[in-house]
Amino acid sequence: MFYNYLMLSIFHHIGKYFLLLGKVFKTPDNYKLIRKQIIHEMMSLGIGSLGLIAIISLFMGAVVTLQTASNLNNPLLPAYLIGYATRESFILEMAPTVMSLILAGKIGSNIASEIGAMRITEQIDALEIMGVNSASYLIFPKIIAALVFIPIIVIYSMFLGAFGGFIVSLYSSGMTIESYITGLRYDFKAFSIVYAMIKTVFFAFVITSIPSYHGYYTQGGALEIGKSSTKSVVYTSIVILIINYVLTQLLLL
Amino acid sequence: MIEVKNVNKSFSGKQILNDVSIAFNKGETNLIIGASGSGKSVLTKCIIGLHEVDSGSVSYDAREFTTMNFKERKNIRKEIGMLFQGSALFDSLTVEANVRFPLEMYTKKSAEEILERVNFCLKRVNLENVNHLYPAELSGGMQKRVGIARAIALNPSYLFCDEPNSGLDPQTGIVIDNLIQEITHEYNITTIVITHDMNSVMEIGDNISYIYKGKKWWEGNKQEILKTDNKELNEFVYSSRIMQKFRNI
Repeated sequence: MFYNYLMLSIFHHIGKYFLLLGKVFKTPDNYKLIRKQIIHEMMSLGIGSLGLIAIISLFMGAVVTLQTASNLNNPLLPAYLIGYATRESFILEMAPTVMSLILAGKIGSNIASEIGAMRITEQIDALEIMGVNSASYLIFPKIIAALVFIPIIVIYSMFLGAFGGFIVSLYSSGMTIESYITGLRYDFKAFSIVYAMIKTVFFAFVITSIPSYHGYYTQGGALEIGKSSTKSVVYTSIVILIINYVLTQLLLL
Repeated sequence: MIEVKNVNKSFSGKQILNDVSIAFNKGETNLIIGASGSGKSVLTKCIIGLHEVDSGSVSYDAREFTTMNFKERKNIRKEIGMLFQGSALFDSLTVEANVRFPLEMYTKKSAEEILERVNFCLKRVNLENVNHLYPAELSGGMQKRVGIARAIALNPSYLFCDEPNSGLDPQTGIVIDNLIQEITHEYNITTIVITHDMNSVMEIGDNISYIYKGKKWWEGNKQEILKTDNKELNEFVYSSRIMQKFRNI
């Protein structure tokens, strides 16, 4: 009984989510206003996340480098492997996946609560009565802004992660700057970046569309906005992890 | 003129509207009154198309609305202005941007022409020098007036007001009511006001429809409402002590 209810509920939400996407990708009412909204969203969702991503990337880069150095403390293993491991872990997982999970928390909760508040204060009804496709006006610019800006944030995170490791190599006795830089440049495959960007594009879509769905269908009051926000972060994170697994299986093996 | 004919609406098997037929006249403030839960908000949402009717019809100046497709409805909605109970101003936009929004969305006017229209609408609702304030920086009455300015920005043919003076002090409430009536007469708009406030009824009720348990129970104007012998309506009208005293005078 519970299993049936759960499956029904899952399919109900998936169907409703895709119907909403259908509304989102209808021809916009006014291109000029949509363009303005996209720029606004890039500033608020993208630029607003740079500080947080910088701090996290620098420290994670430093910690990954330290942990790798501590685990590879063996004279038989070349020292450049520390830089190599830092680079690979950042390009393949830390920057695209971990940063996307962090952005799911930051951007996702922001989107769900913003749209949810608009729903319960009748601002979405106001748009509909004006004849505006509210889903397209509110959600489309967020998705486009994320698709453009999150890959940039991820590349920025890759560089800062490597830079965090570089700072550690300056002050750590277990490695040299030269060996770290050699490791960063060793056996570099451009496809790793392509793979990371493909994943990021999928994640960017999920980070904006799932919270938008939860916000758009919020019912009730302030408490429900909080619930929508929490649910959106949880489901976005789960979907990111599933997509990460599927894409890794498809692209790397 | 907006005509509602034999409208029925139910949610999860519960009948909310039962064979409601009302004609809302042009150039008049048409009031829908009734107790909370009587179905007046659902009726309004059916008229605007936010809810689909189960059966019956809604027509705007003889244009059948219920059978229209999305695009046709969109064109009708451009002729509708709506003032919401909580004003529903876009809180991330300034007052000026709120009023400018429908103009930018649907007209090809230049920035100067739009600004001129925005200032005209704000002046019409007696608001000046508030262009750069955000809704959160305004009082409830000012927010309602910005809501009216936004609603009239596109010169609507139809104006809907959902409990326009709820949350306002009686004095400000009357100012808002009078403003709605003035605008209705001035621009010859078909205005529908949902309210359960007797001050509004007595102030602006050109044409009043009383909804009781999802049915249109009574129809008349502000003079007739005080003389009616309809039991349920009398219970509604004379529920407050002030109105009871007024009846006894």
